[in-house]
Amino acid sequence: MSNQKPIADNLFTWPSDQPKLLGSRDTETGRYFFPAKKSNTHEQVELSRKGKLWTWTVQRFMPKTPYIGAENPEDFKPYAVGYIELPGEIMVESRLEGVDPEDLKIGMEMELSIDPFVKNEDGEELMMFSFRPCKN
Amino acid sequence: MSDVAIIGIGIHPFGRTEGMTGLQQGVHAAREALSDAEMEWSDIQFAFGGSAAAGSADAMVNDLGLTGIPFMNVSNGCATGGSSLLSAYTTIKSGQFDIGMAVGFDKHPRGAFNADPEASGLPRWYGETGLMLTTQFFGMKIQRYMNDYGITSDSLALVAEKAFNNASLNPNAWRREPVSKDTILNAMMVSDPLTKYMFCSPAEGAVALILCKAELAHKYTSKPLFLKGAAFRSRPLGSFEVFSPSLEVERGPSPTVGASDATFEMAGMTREDIDLAQLQDTESGAEIMHMSENGFCKDGEQEKLLQDGDTKLDGKFPVNTDGGCIANGEPVGASGLRQVYENCVQLRGAAGKRQVQGNPKTAYTHVYGAPGISACTIITT
Repeated sequence: MSNQKPIADNLFTWPSDQPKLLGSRDTETGRYFFPAKKSNTHEQVELSRKGKLWTWTVQRFMPKTPYIGAENPEDFKPYAVGYIELPGEIMVESRLEGVDPEDLKIGMEMELSIDPFVKNEDGEELMMFSFRPCKN
Repeated sequence: MSDVAIIGIGIHPFGRTEGMTGLQQGVHAAREALSDAEMEWSDIQFAFGGSAAAGSADAMVNDLGLTGIPFMNVSNGCATGGSSLLSAYTTIKSGQFDIGMAVGFDKHPRGAFNADPEASGLPRWYGETGLMLTTQFFGMKIQRYMNDYGITSDSLALVAEKAFNNASLNPNAWRREPVSKDTILNAMMVSDPLTKYMFCSPAEGAVALILCKAELAHKYTSKPLFLKGAAFRSRPLGSFEVFSPSLEVERGPSPTVGASDATFEMAGMTREDIDLAQLQDTESGAEIMHMSENGFCKDGEQEKLLQDGDTKLDGKFPVNTDGGCIANGEPVGASGLRQVYENCVQLRGAAGKRQVQGNPKTAYTHVYGAPGISACTIITT
Protein backbone atom coordinates (compact mmCIF):
# COMPACT_ATOMS: atom_id res chain seq x y z
CA MET A 1 0.00 0.00 0.00
CA SER A 2 2.93 2.32 -0.69
CA ASN A 3 0.76 4.48 -2.92
CA GLN A 4 -1.13 5.90 0.06
CA LYS A 5 -0.17 8.92 2.15
CA PRO A 6 -1.85 11.18 4.74
CA ILE A 7 -3.59 14.25 3.30
CA ALA A 8 -1.38 16.39 5.54
CA ASP A 9 1.67 15.93 7.75
CA ASN A 10 1.36 15.76 11.53
CA LEU A 11 -2.38 15.13 11.35
CA PHE A 12 -2.60 11.54 12.63
CA THR A 13 -0.42 8.52 13.44
CA TRP A 14 -0.52 6.21 10.46
CA PRO A 15 -0.12 3.50 9.34
CA SER A 16 -1.26 1.94 12.59
CA ASP A 17 -3.80 -0.57 13.89
CA GLN A 18 -4.82 2.06 16.41
CA PRO A 19 -4.35 5.39 14.62
CA LYS A 20 -4.67 8.58 16.63
CA LEU A 21 -5.16 12.23 15.80
CA LEU A 22 -2.21 14.45 16.64
CA GLY A 23 -2.96 17.56 18.64
CA SER A 24 -0.96 19.72 20.95
CA ARG A 25 -1.26 20.79 24.55
CA ASP A 26 -0.25 24.16 25.90
CA THR A 27 1.96 23.26 28.87
CA GLU A 28 1.14 26.59 30.57
CA THR A 29 -2.66 26.48 30.36
CA GLY A 30 -3.29 22.77 29.81
CA ARG A 31 -5.53 23.59 26.82
CA TYR A 32 -5.66 21.14 23.92
CA PHE A 33 -5.40 22.20 20.28
CA PHE A 34 -6.25 20.42 17.05
CA PRO A 35 -4.64 20.52 14.59
CA ALA A 36 -1.40 20.74 16.59
CA LYS A 37 0.00 24.20 17.10
CA LYS A 38 3.70 24.88 16.80
CA SER A 39 4.86 26.93 19.75
CA ASN A 40 7.54 26.85 22.45
CA THR A 41 4.90 26.15 25.06
CA HIS A 42 3.12 23.39 23.12
CA GLU A 43 3.84 19.69 23.32
CA GLN A 44 2.51 17.24 20.75
CA VAL A 45 -0.12 14.83 22.07
CA GLU A 46 -1.94 11.84 20.66
CA LEU A 47 -5.66 12.42 21.13
CA SER A 48 -8.15 9.80 22.31
CA ARG A 49 -9.45 7.45 19.62
CA LYS A 50 -12.96 7.42 21.01
CA GLY A 51 -15.47 10.05 21.96
CA LYS A 52 -19.09 11.08 21.89
CA LEU A 53 -20.98 12.82 19.10
CA TRP A 54 -21.61 16.38 20.35
CA THR A 55 -23.54 17.66 17.33
CA TRP A 56 -23.95 16.84 13.65
CA THR A 57 -25.39 17.92 10.32
CA VAL A 58 -25.46 16.58 6.77
CA GLN A 59 -23.73 18.25 3.83
CA ARG A 60 -26.41 17.86 1.17
CA PHE A 61 -24.95 19.82 -1.73
CA MET A 62 -21.56 19.38 -3.33
CA PRO A 63 -19.05 21.88 -1.92
CA LYS A 64 -17.27 24.29 -4.26
CA THR A 65 -13.50 24.89 -4.29
CA PRO A 66 -11.27 24.27 -2.42
CA TYR A 67 -13.07 20.90 -2.11
CA ILE A 68 -11.14 18.12 -3.87
CA GLY A 69 -13.53 15.18 -3.46
CA ALA A 70 -13.75 13.02 -6.59
CA GLU A 71 -17.53 13.24 -6.99
CA ASN A 72 -19.40 15.02 -9.77
CA PRO A 73 -22.51 17.05 -9.02
CA GLU A 74 -24.49 14.16 -10.63
CA ASP A 75 -23.15 11.40 -8.39
CA PHE A 76 -22.55 13.47 -5.24
CA LYS A 77 -23.84 11.72 -2.14
CA PRO A 78 -24.59 13.74 1.00
CA TYR A 79 -22.15 13.15 3.85
CA ALA A 80 -22.52 13.68 7.58
CA VAL A 81 -20.30 16.01 9.58
CA GLY A 82 -20.09 16.44 13.32
CA TYR A 83 -18.04 17.33 16.36
CA ILE A 84 -16.72 14.46 18.47
CA GLU A 85 -16.07 15.25 22.11
CA LEU A 86 -12.85 13.53 23.17
CA PRO A 87 -13.37 13.51 26.93
CA GLY A 88 -11.22 15.96 28.84
CA GLU A 89 -9.36 16.94 25.69
CA ILE A 90 -11.09 18.72 22.83
CA MET A 91 -13.98 18.50 20.35
CA VAL A 92 -12.88 17.62 16.83
CA GLU A 93 -14.81 18.34 13.65
CA SER A 94 -14.93 15.35 11.33
CA ARG A 95 -16.82 13.55 8.65
CA LEU A 96 -19.01 10.79 10.08
CA GLU A 97 -18.78 7.54 8.14
CA GLY A 98 -20.47 4.17 8.39
CA VAL A 99 -23.78 5.53 9.62
CA ASP A 100 -26.98 6.73 7.97
CA PRO A 101 -27.97 10.29 8.88
CA GLU A 102 -31.28 8.95 10.29
CA ASP A 103 -29.31 6.92 12.83
CA LEU A 104 -27.15 9.79 14.10
CA LYS A 105 -27.80 10.66 17.74
CA ILE A 106 -26.11 13.26 19.90
CA GLY A 107 -24.15 11.39 22.56
CA MET A 108 -23.48 8.24 20.50
CA GLU A 109 -20.04 6.63 20.87
CA MET A 110 -17.73 7.17 17.91
CA GLU A 111 -14.20 6.08 17.07
CA LEU A 112 -11.46 7.26 14.74
CA SER A 113 -10.90 5.69 11.33
CA ILE A 114 -8.34 6.48 8.61
CA ASP A 115 -9.53 5.84 5.05
CA PRO A 116 -8.69 6.81 1.46
CA PHE A 117 -10.30 10.14 0.56
CA VAL A 118 -9.24 10.92 -3.03
CA LYS A 119 -6.36 10.24 -5.44
CA ASN A 120 -3.95 13.07 -6.17
CA GLU A 121 -2.53 13.80 -9.62
CA ASP A 122 0.37 11.40 -8.97
CA GLY A 123 -2.11 8.59 -8.42
CA GLU A 124 -1.47 8.48 -4.69
CA GLU A 125 -4.42 7.89 -2.39
CA LEU A 126 -4.72 10.68 0.14
CA MET A 127 -5.73 9.33 3.54
CA MET A 128 -8.14 11.29 5.72
CA PHE A 129 -9.56 10.78 9.18
CA SER A 130 -13.22 10.32 10.02
CA PHE A 131 -15.22 9.01 12.94
CA ARG A 132 -17.51 5.96 12.84
CA PRO A 133 -19.93 4.55 15.38
CA CYS A 134 -18.15 2.22 17.82
CA LYS A 135 -18.66 -1.40 16.79
CA ASN A 136 -20.01 -2.64 20.10
CA MET B 1 -19.89 64.88 25.47
CA SER B 2 -22.72 65.26 23.05
CA ASP B 3 -25.11 62.53 21.94
CA VAL B 4 -25.13 61.26 18.38
CA ALA B 5 -28.21 61.55 16.20
CA ILE B 6 -29.22 59.76 13.00
CA ILE B 7 -30.69 62.39 10.67
CA GLY B 8 -30.67 60.79 7.25
CA ILE B 9 -31.27 57.26 5.99
CA GLY B 10 -31.02 55.81 2.50
CA ILE B 11 -31.28 52.36 0.97
CA HIS B 12 -30.89 50.65 -2.37
CA PRO B 13 -33.39 47.77 -2.52
CA PHE B 14 -31.91 44.40 -1.61
CA GLY B 15 -31.92 41.40 -3.92
CA ARG B 16 -30.42 41.28 -7.38
CA THR B 17 -29.99 44.36 -9.55
CA GLU B 18 -28.59 43.49 -12.96
CA GLY B 19 -26.54 46.20 -14.63
CA MET B 20 -25.66 48.00 -11.41
CA THR B 21 -22.44 47.50 -9.47
CA GLY B 22 -22.42 47.28 -5.70
CA LEU B 23 -20.63 50.62 -5.57
CA GLN B 24 -23.36 52.25 -7.67
CA GLN B 25 -25.95 50.87 -5.27
CA GLY B 26 -23.92 52.46 -2.47
CA VAL B 27 -24.02 55.82 -4.26
CA HIS B 28 -27.79 55.44 -4.68
CA ALA B 29 -28.19 54.85 -0.93
CA ALA B 30 -25.90 57.78 -0.09
CA ARG B 31 -27.91 60.15 -2.30
CA GLU B 32 -31.14 58.92 -0.74
CA ALA B 33 -29.76 59.57 2.74
CA LEU B 34 -28.64 63.07 1.75
CA SER B 35 -32.04 63.82 0.29
CA ASP B 36 -33.73 62.43 3.42
CA ALA B 37 -31.67 64.83 5.57
CA GLU B 38 -32.18 67.63 3.05
CA MET B 39 -28.49 68.19 2.77
CA GLU B 40 -25.73 68.18 0.16
CA TRP B 41 -22.71 65.90 -0.06
CA SER B 42 -20.62 69.00 0.64
CA ASP B 43 -22.21 69.13 4.12
CA ILE B 44 -20.67 65.77 4.99
CA GLN B 45 -17.42 66.18 6.92
CA PHE B 46 -16.26 62.55 7.01
CA ALA B 47 -17.38 59.07 5.97
CA PHE B 48 -16.76 55.44 6.83
CA GLY B 49 -17.82 52.70 4.47
CA GLY B 50 -17.14 49.27 3.13
CA SER B 51 -18.09 46.19 1.21
CA ALA B 52 -16.83 42.63 1.38
CA ALA B 53 -16.84 41.92 -2.35
CA ALA B 54 -17.83 45.04 -4.29
CA GLY B 55 -14.89 47.38 -4.06
CA SER B 56 -13.66 50.31 -2.01
CA ALA B 57 -16.28 52.60 -0.54
CA ASP B 58 -14.13 55.71 -0.95
CA ALA B 59 -14.43 55.35 -4.73
CA MET B 60 -17.95 56.73 -4.23
CA VAL B 61 -16.47 60.25 -4.16
CA ASN B 62 -16.10 60.04 -7.94
CA ASP B 63 -19.90 60.15 -8.13
CA LEU B 64 -20.75 62.07 -4.98
CA GLY B 65 -18.19 64.84 -5.39
CA LEU B 66 -14.53 65.53 -4.74
CA THR B 67 -14.90 67.49 -1.54
CA GLY B 68 -11.64 66.31 -0.03
CA ILE B 69 -13.20 64.79 3.11
CA PRO B 70 -11.60 61.87 4.94
CA PHE B 71 -13.40 58.77 3.62
CA MET B 72 -12.20 55.64 5.40
CA ASN B 73 -12.65 52.15 4.00
CA VAL B 74 -13.76 49.56 6.51
CA SER B 75 -13.26 45.84 6.05
CA ASN B 76 -14.51 43.73 8.91
CA GLY B 77 -16.36 40.77 7.44
CA CYS B 78 -20.00 40.57 8.41
CA ALA B 79 -19.52 43.43 10.88
CA THR B 80 -18.32 45.83 8.20
CA GLY B 81 -21.47 47.96 8.41
CA GLY B 82 -21.55 47.83 12.19
CA SER B 83 -17.90 48.82 12.37
CA SER B 84 -18.49 51.77 10.01
CA LEU B 85 -21.37 52.95 12.16
CA LEU B 86 -19.39 52.54 15.38
CA SER B 87 -16.47 54.46 13.84
CA ALA B 88 -18.76 57.30 12.74
CA TYR B 89 -20.29 57.35 16.20
CA THR B 90 -16.97 57.66 18.02
CA THR B 91 -15.72 60.26 15.54
CA ILE B 92 -18.66 62.52 16.39
CA LYS B 93 -18.57 61.64 20.07
CA SER B 94 -14.90 62.60 20.22
CA GLY B 95 -15.71 66.04 18.85
CA GLN B 96 -13.43 65.64 15.85
CA PHE B 97 -16.26 66.18 13.37
CA ASP B 98 -19.96 67.06 13.63
CA ILE B 99 -21.60 65.42 10.59
CA GLY B 100 -20.66 62.21 8.83
CA MET B 101 -21.86 59.22 6.84
CA ALA B 102 -21.68 55.47 7.36
CA VAL B 103 -22.31 53.48 4.20
CA GLY B 104 -22.26 49.79 3.32
CA PHE B 105 -22.95 47.95 0.09
CA ASP B 106 -22.24 44.63 -1.57
CA LYS B 107 -22.82 42.41 -4.55
CA HIS B 108 -22.10 38.69 -4.24
CA PRO B 109 -22.30 35.94 -6.83
CA ARG B 110 -25.06 33.34 -6.45
CA GLY B 111 -24.71 30.36 -4.14
CA ALA B 112 -22.86 29.74 -0.91
CA PHE B 113 -19.69 31.65 -0.17
CA ASN B 114 -16.40 30.06 -1.27
CA ALA B 115 -14.05 29.80 1.64
CA ASP B 116 -10.28 30.05 1.45
CA PRO B 117 -8.69 28.09 4.33
CA GLU B 118 -5.35 29.89 4.25
CA ALA B 119 -7.02 33.33 4.36
CA SER B 120 -8.68 32.23 7.60
CA GLY B 121 -5.47 30.82 9.04
CA LEU B 122 -6.67 27.23 8.60
CA PRO B 123 -5.00 24.19 7.06
CA ARG B 124 -5.68 23.43 3.42
CA TRP B 125 -7.06 19.92 4.15
CA TYR B 126 -9.91 21.46 6.14
CA GLY B 127 -11.35 23.01 2.99
CA GLU B 128 -10.26 20.22 0.64
CA THR B 129 -12.19 17.53 2.53
CA GLY B 130 -15.46 19.46 2.63
CA LEU B 131 -15.52 20.63 6.25
CA MET B 132 -15.23 24.37 5.66
CA LEU B 133 -18.79 25.43 4.89
CA THR B 134 -20.73 28.07 6.78
CA THR B 135 -23.95 26.12 6.25
CA GLN B 136 -22.55 23.16 8.21
CA PHE B 137 -21.72 25.38 11.17
CA PHE B 138 -25.24 26.80 11.31
CA GLY B 139 -26.77 23.35 11.05
CA MET B 140 -24.56 21.96 13.80
CA LYS B 141 -25.02 24.90 16.19
CA ILE B 142 -28.83 24.80 16.09
CA GLN B 143 -28.85 20.97 16.10
CA ARG B 144 -27.10 20.97 19.47
CA TYR B 145 -29.25 23.86 20.74
CA MET B 146 -32.48 22.06 19.81
CA ASN B 147 -31.23 18.97 21.63
CA ASP B 148 -30.34 20.96 24.76
CA TYR B 149 -33.34 23.30 24.94
CA GLY B 150 -36.25 21.55 23.26
CA ILE B 151 -36.61 23.80 20.21
CA THR B 152 -38.60 22.10 17.42
CA SER B 153 -38.28 22.14 13.63
CA ASP B 154 -41.76 23.63 13.61
CA SER B 155 -40.37 26.72 15.34
CA LEU B 156 -37.50 26.92 12.84
CA ALA B 157 -40.15 27.06 10.12
CA LEU B 158 -42.15 29.71 11.98
CA VAL B 159 -39.12 32.01 11.96
CA ALA B 160 -38.78 31.72 8.18
CA GLU B 161 -42.53 32.06 7.62
CA LYS B 162 -42.49 35.29 9.64
CA ALA B 163 -39.54 36.60 7.63
CA PHE B 164 -41.33 36.17 4.31
CA ASN B 165 -44.59 37.59 5.70
CA ASN B 166 -42.80 40.71 6.98
CA ALA B 167 -40.89 41.08 3.71
CA SER B 168 -44.15 40.94 1.74
CA LEU B 169 -44.91 44.30 3.40
CA ASN B 170 -41.46 45.76 2.65
CA PRO B 171 -40.92 47.20 -0.85
CA ASN B 172 -37.12 47.15 -0.36
CA ALA B 173 -36.97 43.43 0.49
CA TRP B 174 -35.76 40.75 -1.91
CA ARG B 175 -38.11 37.79 -1.33
CA ARG B 176 -41.54 39.34 -0.97
CA GLU B 177 -43.74 36.29 -1.54
CA PRO B 178 -45.13 34.68 1.61
CA VAL B 179 -44.06 31.03 2.01
CA SER B 180 -46.14 28.70 4.16
CA LYS B 181 -44.76 26.85 7.15
CA ASP B 182 -45.43 23.48 5.49
CA THR B 183 -43.59 24.49 2.33
CA ILE B 184 -40.64 25.63 4.44
CA LEU B 185 -40.58 22.38 6.44
CA ASN B 186 -40.88 20.14 3.38
CA ALA B 187 -38.37 22.00 1.21
CA MET B 188 -35.00 20.56 0.27
CA MET B 189 -32.77 19.99 3.28
CA VAL B 190 -29.53 21.99 2.96
CA SER B 191 -27.76 21.21 6.22
CA ASP B 192 -29.89 19.29 8.68
CA PRO B 193 -32.07 20.48 10.39
CA LEU B 194 -32.22 23.54 8.11
CA THR B 195 -34.12 23.54 4.82
CA LYS B 196 -33.61 25.79 1.82
CA TYR B 197 -36.13 28.42 2.97
CA MET B 198 -34.57 28.66 6.42
CA PHE B 199 -31.29 30.02 5.04
CA CYS B 200 -30.48 33.49 3.78
CA SER B 201 -28.47 33.82 0.56
CA PRO B 202 -25.65 36.12 -0.45
CA ALA B 203 -27.22 39.04 -2.34
CA GLU B 204 -26.91 42.72 -3.23
CA GLY B 205 -27.95 45.98 -1.65
CA ALA B 206 -26.75 49.17 0.03
CA VAL B 207 -27.57 51.37 3.00
CA ALA B 208 -26.29 54.81 4.02
CA LEU B 209 -26.86 56.65 7.29
CA ILE B 210 -26.05 60.26 8.14
CA LEU B 211 -25.10 60.98 11.72
CA CYS B 212 -24.49 64.23 13.50
CA LYS B 213 -23.92 65.82 16.88
CA ALA B 214 -27.28 65.76 18.66
CA GLU B 215 -27.37 69.55 19.13
CA LEU B 216 -27.43 70.00 15.35
CA ALA B 217 -30.08 67.39 14.59
CA HIS B 218 -33.14 69.65 14.60
CA LYS B 219 -31.62 71.75 11.82
CA TYR B 220 -32.03 68.78 9.48
CA THR B 221 -35.01 66.80 10.66
CA SER B 222 -38.10 67.13 12.82
CA LYS B 223 -37.69 63.50 13.93
CA PRO B 224 -34.09 62.88 14.90
CA LEU B 225 -33.24 59.49 16.36
CA PHE B 226 -30.45 58.93 18.82
CA LEU B 227 -27.78 56.25 18.76
CA LYS B 228 -27.59 55.50 22.47
CA GLY B 229 -25.33 52.48 22.38
CA ALA B 230 -23.10 50.67 19.92
CA ALA B 231 -20.56 47.97 20.65
CA PHE B 232 -18.56 45.35 18.82
CA ARG B 233 -16.91 42.19 20.13
CA SER B 234 -14.84 39.34 18.70
CA ARG B 235 -15.02 35.75 19.93
CA PRO B 236 -14.04 34.81 23.47
CA LEU B 237 -12.49 31.49 24.50
CA GLY B 238 -14.98 28.64 24.36
CA SER B 239 -17.46 30.12 21.90
CA PHE B 240 -18.77 27.98 19.02
CA GLU B 241 -17.85 29.64 15.75
CA VAL B 242 -17.84 28.99 12.05
CA PHE B 243 -14.69 27.42 10.55
CA SER B 244 -13.49 25.64 13.70
CA PRO B 245 -11.60 22.37 13.12
CA SER B 246 -11.91 21.92 16.88
CA LEU B 247 -13.74 23.40 19.86
CA GLU B 248 -13.03 23.68 23.56
CA VAL B 249 -14.76 20.96 25.58
CA GLU B 250 -15.64 23.59 28.15
CA ARG B 251 -18.29 25.74 26.48
CA GLY B 252 -18.32 29.53 26.84
CA PRO B 253 -20.48 32.47 25.75
CA SER B 254 -20.66 33.78 22.19
CA PRO B 255 -19.29 37.19 21.15
CA THR B 256 -22.93 38.32 20.97
CA VAL B 257 -23.28 38.14 24.75
CA GLY B 258 -20.37 40.53 25.27
CA ALA B 259 -21.42 42.94 22.53
CA SER B 260 -25.01 43.02 23.77
CA ASP B 261 -24.09 43.61 27.42
CA ALA B 262 -21.68 46.39 26.43
CA THR B 263 -24.35 48.06 24.29
CA PHE B 264 -26.91 48.07 27.08
CA GLU B 265 -24.35 49.33 29.56
CA MET B 266 -23.38 52.17 27.24
CA ALA B 267 -27.02 53.12 26.72
CA GLY B 268 -27.84 52.81 30.42
CA MET B 269 -30.87 50.72 29.50
CA THR B 270 -32.24 47.23 30.13
CA ARG B 271 -33.77 44.60 27.83
CA GLU B 272 -37.24 45.53 29.08
CA ASP B 273 -36.78 49.00 27.58
CA ILE B 274 -36.58 47.66 24.01
CA ASP B 275 -39.72 47.74 21.84
CA LEU B 276 -38.48 45.83 18.78
CA ALA B 277 -35.30 44.20 17.50
CA GLN B 278 -33.48 43.17 14.36
CA LEU B 279 -31.41 40.07 15.19
CA GLN B 280 -28.97 38.32 12.87
CA ASP B 281 -30.92 35.56 11.13
CA THR B 282 -28.40 34.01 8.78
CA GLU B 283 -30.81 31.11 9.14
CA SER B 284 -33.84 30.39 11.29
CA GLY B 285 -31.85 28.81 14.11
CA ALA B 286 -29.62 31.87 14.40
CA GLU B 287 -32.60 34.14 15.12
CA ILE B 288 -33.77 31.74 17.82
CA MET B 289 -30.37 31.43 19.51
CA HIS B 290 -29.72 35.16 19.19
CA MET B 291 -32.94 35.95 21.06
CA SER B 292 -31.33 34.47 24.17
CA GLU B 293 -27.70 35.39 23.42
CA ASN B 294 -28.87 39.02 23.31
CA GLY B 295 -30.64 38.54 26.62
CA PHE B 296 -34.25 38.94 25.43
CA CYS B 297 -35.26 35.53 26.81
CA LYS B 298 -33.77 32.51 28.54
CA ASP B 299 -32.51 29.49 26.58
CA GLY B 300 -35.49 27.38 25.59
CA GLU B 301 -38.14 30.05 26.09
CA GLN B 302 -38.07 30.76 22.37
CA GLU B 303 -40.21 27.72 21.64
CA LYS B 304 -43.22 29.17 23.44
CA LEU B 305 -42.53 32.73 22.25
CA LEU B 306 -42.56 31.56 18.63
CA GLN B 307 -45.54 29.26 18.98
CA ASP B 308 -47.45 32.16 20.60
CA GLY B 309 -46.46 34.52 17.79
CA ASP B 310 -44.76 36.95 20.18
CA THR B 311 -42.06 37.94 17.67
CA LYS B 312 -44.47 38.65 14.81
CA LEU B 313 -45.19 42.24 13.74
CA ASP B 314 -48.25 42.34 15.99
CA GLY B 315 -46.62 40.36 18.80
CA LYS B 316 -45.31 41.53 22.15
CA PHE B 317 -41.73 41.80 20.90
CA PRO B 318 -41.43 42.05 17.10
CA VAL B 319 -38.18 40.65 15.65
CA ASN B 320 -36.82 41.22 12.14
CA THR B 321 -39.68 43.44 11.05
CA ASP B 322 -38.28 43.99 7.54
CA GLY B 323 -37.90 40.28 6.77
CA GLY B 324 -34.36 39.98 8.13
CA CYS B 325 -31.52 38.32 6.28
CA ILE B 326 -33.77 35.38 5.37
CA ALA B 327 -35.93 37.55 3.10
CA ASN B 328 -33.46 40.35 2.28
CA GLY B 329 -30.42 38.22 1.56
CA GLU B 330 -27.04 39.08 2.94
CA PRO B 331 -24.95 41.63 1.09
CA VAL B 332 -22.25 41.44 3.75
CA GLY B 333 -21.18 45.09 3.78
CA ALA B 334 -24.76 46.41 3.92
CA SER B 335 -26.49 43.86 6.11
CA GLY B 336 -25.81 45.36 9.55
CA LEU B 337 -26.78 48.84 8.37
CA ARG B 338 -30.05 47.49 6.91
CA GLN B 339 -31.05 46.54 10.43
CA VAL B 340 -30.38 50.09 11.65
CA TYR B 341 -32.22 51.52 8.65
CA GLU B 342 -35.29 49.43 9.47
CA ASN B 343 -35.21 50.53 13.11
CA CYS B 344 -35.07 54.18 12.02
CA VAL B 345 -38.07 53.65 9.73
CA GLN B 346 -40.01 51.96 12.55
CA LEU B 347 -39.15 54.63 15.14
CA ARG B 348 -40.18 57.36 12.70
CA GLY B 349 -43.51 55.58 12.34
CA ALA B 350 -42.89 55.39 8.61
CA ALA B 351 -42.99 51.62 8.06
CA GLY B 352 -46.40 51.58 6.39
CA LYS B 353 -48.09 48.18 6.43
CA ARG B 354 -45.34 46.64 8.53
CA GLN B 355 -45.37 49.43 11.12
CA VAL B 356 -45.10 48.11 14.66
CA GLN B 357 -48.06 49.49 16.56
CA GLY B 358 -47.95 51.27 19.91
CA ASN B 359 -45.61 54.06 18.89
CA PRO B 360 -42.28 52.25 19.47
CA LYS B 361 -39.56 54.39 21.03
CA THR B 362 -36.56 52.10 21.32
CA ALA B 363 -35.10 49.58 18.91
CA TYR B 364 -32.15 47.17 18.96
CA THR B 365 -29.92 45.68 16.27
CA HIS B 366 -27.55 42.73 16.36
CA VAL B 367 -25.30 41.58 13.56
CA TYR B 368 -23.16 38.45 13.76
CA GLY B 369 -20.72 36.85 11.37
CA ALA B 370 -17.54 35.01 10.60
CA PRO B 371 -15.17 34.36 12.21
CA GLY B 372 -17.10 35.07 15.40
CA ILE B 373 -17.83 38.77 15.59
CA SER B 374 -20.88 40.61 16.79
CA ALA B 375 -22.03 44.24 16.82
CA CYS B 376 -25.13 45.72 18.46
CA THR B 377 -26.87 49.09 18.60
CA ILE B 378 -29.67 50.75 20.52
CA ILE B 379 -31.58 53.60 18.91
CA THR B 380 -34.22 55.74 20.60
CA THR B 381 -36.61 58.50 19.60
